[in-house]
Amino acid sequence: MNWEVVIPLLIFLILVFIAGAYASKFVNTKASFLQEYFLGSRELGGFILAMTMIATYGSAGSFIGGPGAAYNVGLAWVLLAMSQVVTGYFVLMVLGKKFAIMARRYNAITLIDFLKERYQSKWVSIIAAVSIIIFLFSSMAAQWVGGARLIESVTGINYMTALAIFAASVLIYVLIGGFRAVAITDSIQGVVMLLGTIILLIATIIAGGGMENIMDTLRQENPDLLSPYGNDRSLTPLYISSFWILVGVGVVGLPQVSVRAMSYKNANAMHRAIIIGTVVVGMIMLGMHLIGVLARAVVPGIEIGDKVMPALALKVLPGWLAGVVLAAPMAAIMSTVDSLLILVSSAVVKDIYINYINPEASEKNVKRTSFLITAIVGIAVFLLAIHPPDLLIWLNLYAFGGLESVFIWPIVLGLYWKRGNKYGALSSMIGGMASYMLFDKFAPNFLGMNTVVFPILISLVLFCVISITSQKKNENMAI
Amino acid sequence: MLKEKEKRDWRFKVADRELKIGLLLAVIHFLWWYGFAYGMGNGPVSGYKYIWGLPSWFFYSCIVGFVFITILVILSVKFLFKEVPFEEEGNER
Repeated sequence: MNWEVVIPLLIFLILVFIAGAYASKFVNTKASFLQEYFLGSRELGGFILAMTMIATYGSAGSFIGGPGAAYNVGLAWVLLAMSQVVTGYFVLMVLGKKFAIMARRYNAITLIDFLKERYQSKWVSIIAAVSIIIFLFSSMAAQWVGGARLIESVTGINYMTALAIFAASVLIYVLIGGFRAVAITDSIQGVVMLLGTIILLIATIIAGGGMENIMDTLRQENPDLLSPYGNDRSLTPLYISSFWILVGVGVVGLPQVSVRAMSYKNANAMHRAIIIGTVVVGMIMLGMHLIGVLARAVVPGIEIGDKVMPALALKVLPGWLAGVVLAAPMAAIMSTVDSLLILVSSAVVKDIYINYINPEASEKNVKRTSFLITAIVGIAVFLLAIHPPDLLIWLNLYAFGGLESVFIWPIVLGLYWKRGNKYGALSSMIGGMASYMLFDKFAPNFLGMNTVVFPILISLVLFCVISITSQKKNENMAI
Repeated sequence: MLKEKEKRDWRFKVADRELKIGLLLAVIHFLWWYGFAYGMGNGPVSGYKYIWGLPSWFFYSCIVGFVFITILVILSVKFLFKEVPFEEEGNER
């Protein structure tokens, strides 16, 4: 085992535990257990809000998959990745104040509470809860597998042990500290992600003998690596632009991100988070993907994209610093998984258990159930991640674009369009998911755009048309 | 009752305005990003100019573009965004 690399990783884990233990104090002292455990009592400040949004959103994709793709495609992939900078300000500017005000008025703790109050419909909340539980559960398992593989590849610990270490560390701090622990650890993880990106970028440029030298090497290998069309000139402007919907503005519809827009303290926190979020998400996305391109000149000949980032860190940095940098993808994975865990657990406890199974539950009962469910969900993910079944991998494919198609309009139009009603919301949710699955199966990248584009449009049309027509019918019936 | 409604309108007007600012920024951001990338990058790679070792399309679209949008975001937040209270005014709830 490579102790030089392992020690910084261990220090990182210990830091995260301390933060979790600190947050757990609030779980027992705050007046409302549910508000605290699932929403941190709406007390997030600007910095923590920005960091938890970025860290939740930035996952294994940004640190492992993304640089790997940039390694193969060239600068065009960095261009594509930069469409994510918009998330830094757009999510909070759109959901921002309206969501914060409405969530307080409805006394909503989860996204589903908000939808339920807004649309006054049992079915809207059930479909929302089921899609969050199913898709984010699978997504969590997939990230979990990625985390364990990463530990396995950089430390040499076998997969099973790596998975156990990874699962235990996330589970413990989420379990004891709830949402506040998730948000605080996300901030530490966000800082690690940012530092890791900067250190690795500088080290890579130096190792490659300067930017000009690296670009020269790439141009000699294949000039198109430097074009905005990709290594084989197959990426059209339309295709790359369509990612503005999937990983840019559409992120408003991801439940794990939008729930954060109701967790902050005041308008000032939101304003600061918009600025910090834009700067940090831009630096991470630009840095990490550019690193992937530069890596092609520094560590040539890597066949598997996922190995680019770890191989590069071990090559260009001294062992201990490689450990610090490799804590960044770990941090990215952990900060995504912890948010999904608390969100899935809140959907089960608040939206299913309290709403439908035991509405009379006492505070003590709710507390016990919350701990129990969080633990059960965590352990179930762990068991499934040992040999991830095909169904899980399949469901995970729909976790991103599919969830956006389900939630984006019921959330956004629910806030800004008075006439939107439960029929519109229901058909937009069902239609969004169904059309996403159909397009994915029968017409992926339809008309040269990312698969998510048409389902989001269909979901919008359904929401508007059904809301307007059903409203008329109701009015007539009322008369 | 009417007074409370007026207060609500006031806060929602702020939110509506900030939504529009967000949409406008995203459009400007997209045009900058797209314009420089494909405006300067569409020729053959052999004709590219380089700044700081990077192709100029990439430099302007991704690096200057990021700095530019960050400045716009900071200016919008500092000068156009308003502080509003989130808690309901009055005694009920």
